[in-house]
Amino acid sequence: MNRAPVYVVDGARTPFLKARNAPGPFAASDLAVAAGRALLLRQKFAPEQLDEVILGCASPSPDEVNIGRVVALRLGCGLKVPGWTVMRNCASGMQALDSALVNIREGRAQLVLAGGVDALSRAPLLYNDQMVLWFARFAAAKSAGAKAAALFTLNPAQVLSPIIGILRGLTDPVVGLMMGQTAENLANRFGITRREMDEFSVRSHQRVAAAQDAGHYAGEVEPLYDPKGEAYQADDGVRRDSSVENLARLKPFFDRKFGNITAGNSSQITDGGAWLILASEQAVAKFQLPVLGRIVDSEWAGLDPAQMGLGPVHAATPLLQRNGLGLNDLDAWEINEAFAAQVIACLRAWNDPAYCKEQLGLDAPLGQLDQSKLNVDGGAIALGHPVGASGARIVLHLLNVLKRTGGKRGVAAICIGGGQGGAMLVERQ
Amino acid sequence: MNSHQHWRLERDADGLHWLYFDKAGESTNTFSAEAMTELRAIISDLGSAAGDARPRGLVVLSAKESGFIAGADVREFTAITSPAEALTLVRRGWDTFNEFAALPFPTLALIRGFCMGGGLELALACTYRIAVDEPGTRLALPEVMLGIVPGWGGMQRLPRTIGAPAALDMMLTGRTVDARKAKKLGLVDEAVPVRVMMNAARITLSTRPAPHRLGFIQRLTLLGPVRKIIASQARKQTEKKARRVHYPAPYAILDIWSEHDGDPFVFPTGHPSSLQTLLESPTTRNLIRVFELQERLKSMGKESKFAARHVHVIGAGTMGGDIAAWCALRGIKVTLQDQSPEKLAPAMGRAAKLFKERLKDARRIRDASDLLIPDVAGEGARRADVIIEAVFENLKLKEDIFAALEAKARPDAILATNTSSIPIEQIAGTMRDPARLVGLHFFNPVPKMMLVEVVAGAQSRPEALADCAAFARQIDKLPLPVKSAPGFLVNRILAPYLMEAMRCVDEGIAPEIVDEAALAFGMPMGPLELADTVGLDICLAVGKMLAGSATSNNTTPVRLTQLIAEGKLGRKTGAGFYTYPGGKITKPLADPARVPAGLADRLIAPLLAEAQRALADSIVADADLVDAGAIFGTGFAFYTGGPMHYLASRKLTIN
Repeated sequence: MNRAPVYVVDGARTPFLKARNAPGPFAASDLAVAAGRALLLRQKFAPEQLDEVILGCASPSPDEVNIGRVVALRLGCGLKVPGWTVMRNCASGMQALDSALVNIREGRAQLVLAGGVDALSRAPLLYNDQMVLWFARFAAAKSAGAKAAALFTLNPAQVLSPIIGILRGLTDPVVGLMMGQTAENLANRFGITRREMDEFSVRSHQRVAAAQDAGHYAGEVEPLYDPKGEAYQADDGVRRDSSVENLARLKPFFDRKFGNITAGNSSQITDGGAWLILASEQAVAKFQLPVLGRIVDSEWAGLDPAQMGLGPVHAATPLLQRNGLGLNDLDAWEINEAFAAQVIACLRAWNDPAYCKEQLGLDAPLGQLDQSKLNVDGGAIALGHPVGASGARIVLHLLNVLKRTGGKRGVAAICIGGGQGGAMLVERQ
Repeated sequence: MNSHQHWRLERDADGLHWLYFDKAGESTNTFSAEAMTELRAIISDLGSAAGDARPRGLVVLSAKESGFIAGADVREFTAITSPAEALTLVRRGWDTFNEFAALPFPTLALIRGFCMGGGLELALACTYRIAVDEPGTRLALPEVMLGIVPGWGGMQRLPRTIGAPAALDMMLTGRTVDARKAKKLGLVDEAVPVRVMMNAARITLSTRPAPHRLGFIQRLTLLGPVRKIIASQARKQTEKKARRVHYPAPYAILDIWSEHDGDPFVFPTGHPSSLQTLLESPTTRNLIRVFELQERLKSMGKESKFAARHVHVIGAGTMGGDIAAWCALRGIKVTLQDQSPEKLAPAMGRAAKLFKERLKDARRIRDASDLLIPDVAGEGARRADVIIEAVFENLKLKEDIFAALEAKARPDAILATNTSSIPIEQIAGTMRDPARLVGLHFFNPVPKMMLVEVVAGAQSRPEALADCAAFARQIDKLPLPVKSAPGFLVNRILAPYLMEAMRCVDEGIAPEIVDEAALAFGMPMGPLELADTVGLDICLAVGKMLAGSATSNNTTPVRLTQLIAEGKLGRKTGAGFYTYPGGKITKPLADPARVPAGLADRLIAPLLAEAQRALADSIVADADLVDAGAIFGTGFAFYTGGPMHYLASRKLTIN
């Protein structure tokens, strides 16, 4: 295996802005450009000196489908720097890093801007199939009379009930479950209670608030500015007043009558983008770049789409084994908090001899992951989960945590709608 | 047939003739007498050609990169000494374009880049007009800005082509329109991308679609009695902007159009709207002088090949923020630094508004926005070609900024300060290489004010000054080299005038009466409204800085002190000499009859006196540059040709 070092030079992200039932102030490319230009501005090289730009995005808008190239051009990388887009649902941002890593190891690129973005608040409303057919009939009607006749067949109820794109996007097309329902499956399987989920969620909010107050996010978040002259400086989904009592009052969202998963113990629907700059040894030497850390290894795994939340377990386990590491040999962990139940389920699975044996083929369970090392500055339940961006965000934040705590190694892992998991092992010298 | 110096005629296999304007020895096409005479000969040849030699159609286009046709040759025009010569010039163009319009085959103007004055009048004489849809394509009849009228048929053909209201708007303001707007107006038949421009011309001339016709309502606007009504309304609008006594040309355009359907030769000599009267008017001479002054300032940037790719601006206040936005609008990457996102955000908002107003097209707005990068950490300073400091006026702060910049910036970057009141030498005093520092003094509002004072500190390196002038041209401003001395040129001559106006208020004259006196003199804005716009705190600071240096009367006006004490600092605080509810001025109507005799002279006198002193102190190189600064920096009555010229023409000296 080619283990040539791949360095992370620097990274930055936008504040994560919670979707508030209306299109947010920034399109996905605006978000990626804002964070990217701030990041590139402080580099020792010019944007034109990048070898490529790779951007993960789960829902690029129809006018910027290859958003990676759009953003590369808007960032002033010039006509000659290729840009492309990767899509692996919730891990699109991590996939971008992995694609950069592969290209650097392959020697095709020395210096890559890679990251992820999504503006979920701008997810479109779509026409349902009946409406699409109606439009086709209307367009085909030749005479004014025929058009009028077509108009009479229009059902107002259909016009007023568009498909909400975001709900479609967050529903598994193979098993037909909403993501939250897959989390209900895990809660059921591992006996995770509503209170445990809510407690985990409160802790996420508290950790984010504490990290914000301590300035732990200051180094990685670059402000956004809108055309009205307003600045957005911090992640705005965090609730400092979050409490188990408050969360207990929320109604289940996915299995509405009898479920446990609420909006409060799920990740938020959010707009945001995150970038990292990856460099080969040669590029680090050439531009005398500072090194934040190294991406040592990565792993992807597939599993039952109805259990997709266990993806981190399935991806991180072989990654750890290959590198001779146990769960607690790492100084910090980031597991993306798609759902509180889903993260808790991962921890239970690793500690469950039956699961480890049957699903992972291990003789003994990996044990109890030390939660004081997990998501130390909170996670997506408080920050939000702009799908394409999260995978890049957790890798960047993991490196920043290691830097701050003097840690050496960490793993960032993420579950992926559709039944996959991704994990990345990073290291600081 | 190709014995012409300035034109090239090509015949293609389809029998279409392509007439390229390619003015010899110039990068820009303008109608000199020679070029016009040649055109006339070509028309005559083509018109009389028979049989196979007879064109199936004629395309007029430019062989220059720079644009279609810029209009008449202004240099030639200004060299004319007698009205008779000028009349000959007008008559020659009028006749030539009439002959062109009468050609017995279809003609087409293929317009790419600017199409001004006589250029547009030639295009109007064509059967068809096709404009290339790109930002550089601009069409206008700007004659009025030179105090003359579109006398080569424009006054006749433009209203017939696009209807009277739009035509008058273009002719009375000199406003330019782009290809899309021209298409919307019906000024051009097509607005096409450059990739199909030749095809568009060819296909149009071979298919000969019915030429564009005015709609019914628009045709009504051309009827004699309706013309009179429309003209009288337009006259009222014009009176609000320019008085006939100062600016006769717009009124002449209205008279010539409404009474003689655009034929400028009918009014007899001596009539106020006759060509002779206009051509003899001092306003016309002075407006041409203003044009020449502008050309001179433009040429100031030619000594250096400097071109900025990245500008870094420190300070996101009104000035810094607007300078940054302006540079981004002109296509340069800009980083804008201030202490916090809160301080940067309003500047980003103003920039977004400016881009929207000026660029309209969503993609171009986005491109400009992407070029303007907020930069709290000041990272941009490391790579910028030009660094402009525009923080508030505090010597220590500026010294610290430049000390840090010297360590951080590229060694070849221009270091400039936008200070208006601290001597450049003083700021440079603590620098390792003081010769690097120059002044680049912009005026508020940056998007509207064309002038930039390029301030030479005693220590400034001449090359840096030349680079700054080139940079000013790059961002489409007019550089005026000035010596570093309190107030430089513009504030120095403006302050005594504003102070005098305020003293008048102290004496009990109503502000609107004081302003009316200045407006009647021909100033674009009254001094008190101007003071409110500049900000009364700034007026006071500038006044104090200048006190004792040159102004004869140093006492601070009482009302000024009072207003500042009440926190009424002018437009920005909603009140000053006037009030500004919702940002709009409320100003009592001033009865001109109530303006005391001699008030205008009294207001202007301190400005004129200071202009003379500034020249004596060699703040600028010569009297023309004093005038250029006054006109483009303060809006000093254009029709006078500037304060020094005004003094000279009235044989005045003021002590």
